[in-house]
Amino acid sequence: MKYFYYSGCSLEGTALEYNISTQAMMRALGIELLELEDWTCCGASAAESISDLLSLVLPARNLALAEQMDMDCDFLIPCSACYLNLRKVDERAKKEEGLLDKINEVLGEEGLGYHGGIKSRHLLDVIVTDIGPEMIRSQVKRELSGLRVALYYGCQALRPYGGYDDPEQPRCMEPLIEALGAEVHDWTMGAKCCGAGLMTTKKEVAIELTSSLLEAAKGADCIATVCPMCQMNLDSYQKKASEVKQENLSISVFYLPQLIGMAFGLGEEDLKLGLNMAYTNSLKAKLAEYRVGITQQ
Amino acid sequence: MSEEKLELAEEHTIVDPMAAIQEKVRACMQCGTCTGSCANSFAMDYTPRQLWRMLQLGLTDELFNSKTFSLCSSCYYCTLRCPRGLPLTEAIHSLKQLAVARGISEKKGSRFYRTFVETVRRYGRVREMELMARYFLSMKSPILPLSFTPLGVKLMLKGKVSPEMPKLYGPGKLDAIFRKVEQVEGSS
Ligand code: SF4
Ligand code: SF4
Repeated sequence: MKYFYYSGCSLEGTALEYNISTQAMMRALGIELLELEDWTCCGASAAESISDLLSLVLPARNLALAEQMDMDCDFLIPCSACYLNLRKVDERAKKEEGLLDKINEVLGEEGLGYHGGIKSRHLLDVIVTDIGPEMIRSQVKRELSGLRVALYYGCQALRPYGGYDDPEQPRCMEPLIEALGAEVHDWTMGAKCCGAGLMTTKKEVAIELTSSLLEAAKGADCIATVCPMCQMNLDSYQKKASEVKQENLSISVFYLPQLIGMAFGLGEEDLKLGLNMAYTNSLKAKLAEYRVGITQQ
Repeated sequence: MSEEKLELAEEHTIVDPMAAIQEKVRACMQCGTCTGSCANSFAMDYTPRQLWRMLQLGLTDELFNSKTFSLCSSCYYCTLRCPRGLPLTEAIHSLKQLAVARGISEKKGSRFYRTFVETVRRYGRVREMELMARYFLSMKSPILPLSFTPLGVKLMLKGKVSPEMPKLYGPGKLDAIFRKVEQVEGSS
């Protein structure tokens, strides 16, 4: 298996551990990732607030770079916001005649063009659909037995474009977690919004959302996420959330590939658990039992 | 008018952007499913359902004075659940665009977006720390950055934010594309 890999801006900065652990997990599974050297920002949620055309041209530029490579691969995208933006280009082009021409009129400035048809897929989709729990299980070196995980899918990995799981009651991560030997925390918050970009522009509102999520996660040992924005919102404002709910809501928030990597027996240089903000001591102790993150000699 | 002239005239019809947004919610039957699905409606002055009604009635001033669309976090729940299948999140994005274009957008949100997009234009990619620094500079607010300080400091301690851009991305990286977008959008 081989994919074009779009890491996106967050995975070069605040979500570096998502990037490193995703690549390490794929290496362990023998899957090749091809990164496009000249990739640029997809516009995040900012471009669409300013200009519709810009919000399409920015992701399309990356699809055009991939098209130039002339290889039959899908685009693999770990960040939910990037995924939505890249996939939107094809979804909208299917419905709006002349849209690709308009996009290409702009891309022509750089001598680029995109003709449609490169499949943009979320990392979660690739893990559950192409890889699957059996292949994951075959690589497990240390079962994470007794670890209770709250599965958090967020919004844009599933809505508006999903197709690989129920966008309201998603469950596709469950067999994966079971393949790792871990347990699934029972909650109904998996597809609820974390506040996303409101954490920057309307902080009080976003804190309301994250504190409800953290409250519902009580009883779990950690939360598994598949989006840098969700991870940041859940991981970095726990003190504030604990104040709002007047109880201690601290909990470790991992990226799914970090959890998979733990069970694969990968070392800290591949997992980068030290980069997560909230990595609670109680969990550290628990993970030590599985000898997780201990660099192998 | 000859046929050729007619075609030309059609091509240059200026589409009223407001009318295009109204069209998106024309079929709304006011059932309230969107409001019931919206995680942020508790903080909005008008609920999403009310927003569509205001749109239908063309209450432009009330609409742009409301906090509703700047409180949308693009979760796509309303879009998913609307029994009429209306592109509601997209309608909100269009409203945000229009508010920015008309200079009536709420300052805090639109500044952030503008700063973000400006960084993309210059460097092609976004470095979060640089983005935050520019954003707070544009806010000219000495107090606001403090609400982010714990995060900023934590990020730096973790060595996650590097202020340096890769060499590939010199200033002006995406200038040509941005200019062209402005030109194409300006002429349509
Ligand atoms: S769910 Fe759809 S039809 Fe119902 S009020 Fe909202 S926009 Fe209107
Ligand atoms: S997309 Fe926006 S308006 Fe719709 S439910 Fe989500 S936050 Fe509310």
